[in-house]
Amino acid sequence: MTDDEFTAYQSLGEDSEDHRWAFGTGFTDPLEGIDASVPEGVDAAALAAYCLMLGDDALIYSHRLQQWMTRLPELEEETALANIALDLLGQARLLLARAGQAEGAARPDGHGRAEDELAFFRDEHEFRNVRLVERLDADFAELTGRLLVFSAWRLALFGELARSRDQVLAAIAAKGAKELTYHRDYAAQWVVRLGDGTPPSHEKMQAALGVIWPLVDELFRADPVTAALPGVAADPAKLRAEVDGVLDTVLDTATLDRPAAAPTGLVAGHSGRDGMHTEALGYILAELQSVARAFPDATW
Amino acid sequence: MVTAWDIAAAVPDPELPMVTLADLGILRDVADQDGQLVVTITPTYSGCPALREIAHDLRRRLSQAGFADVTVRTELAPAWSSDWITAEGRGKLLAAGIAPPHPAPPGAAARGGPVPLTLSATRREPVSCPRCGSADTTQTAPFSATACKALFRCEACREPFEYVKEI
Repeated sequence: MTDDEFTAYQSLGEDSEDHRWAFGTGFTDPLEGIDASVPEGVDAAALAAYCLMLGDDALIYSHRLQQWMTRLPELEEETALANIALDLLGQARLLLARAGQAEGAARPDGHGRAEDELAFFRDEHEFRNVRLVERLDADFAELTGRLLVFSAWRLALFGELARSRDQVLAAIAAKGAKELTYHRDYAAQWVVRLGDGTPPSHEKMQAALGVIWPLVDELFRADPVTAALPGVAADPAKLRAEVDGVLDTVLDTATLDRPAAAPTGLVAGHSGRDGMHTEALGYILAELQSVARAFPDATW
Repeated sequence: MVTAWDIAAAVPDPELPMVTLADLGILRDVADQDGQLVVTITPTYSGCPALREIAHDLRRRLSQAGFADVTVRTELAPAWSSDWITAEGRGKLLAAGIAPPHPAPPGAAARGGPVPLTLSATRREPVSCPRCGSADTTQTAPFSATACKALFRCEACREPFEYVKEI
């Protein structure tokens, strides 16, 4: 090791204070020092709800991807999916923090919840994620198929949001779009490899798409929160052409058929965006929130 | 005279300690605002867990140098690009066996349309082996020990190496 390198490594150990990033270690605001104001004429309560929707998508899906750790076929895929999960967790933190700021701006006392309050102390019906992200993947084909759909959709969405009138949301989206480009390419390449692979891999990939497809329609469904935020939020219906184009290209290359499955129905007119979830979400939240709820004042 | 910028610029990155915050382009600004030193940094990736360490290291080193009132703030826009890694930083990465990034693709504004899909894992521009210089290399994974790198293998010298991704 050269002297320079040694000094660099030594400097990392100069301080014994523990700053691991986990519940109870004292979070810092990921938006520290960023102008928190809500633009003139924007409905702050709707902006808070919108950031919560997009933040919950990333938080819950990140958790599902984390559950794959130690279970993947190769170290390279484990590394890839850990990094994708980490990117999404980062996006979730920024979006939940923005939701808290907007919530504060909408209230007379100015108090908005902090990111960990939102992540760990909300119940199932208060989560606003789409149902697609809740599913437990049965196999690697379902993992890559769902990651393709999710990242193609979120990349199109963030492409639109990069022009949002809310500068904070626009910055989060512009940054996240760069990350999602890598996620989408990773998933697309796997879907092609499996679809255009051996007969068993093709069959499994086709079957996985059949399982995922009923949850795709919900991604493009209109919702009142988006409707209340013209120029700030992105109309989900307008994303369909771009996402369909990407999915068709991938499926064609992979020699896979687009499933004709009927969409998963709404429950009394409600879906994930309204807080109506599948039973899978309860299991995720039990794992995600139990430590924080059992020891709300824990520090370590 | 050693300025506050010099001190902040020399802080090593916690994940890639062979390069400094200035080398990586994540140190954006150091300004004196009415006696308060405001240091602006930007994360490489949204989930970068090193950001907190970086802010902590900045505060500690600056206070050791006599700057009593230091605030570290984050900036998200414009989003960090690997193009911001300096020539010196690229040299240091290479010397440490990490291939520096190719130029990043144009951003959304310059592109003016959807992000093109890449279905092939083979890169148009080859990534040369930082050890032997051969361009005959293969990507083994598009991600590595950190979000900002990919894993490669050199087909000439057979050594694995990391590549800082263009973003």
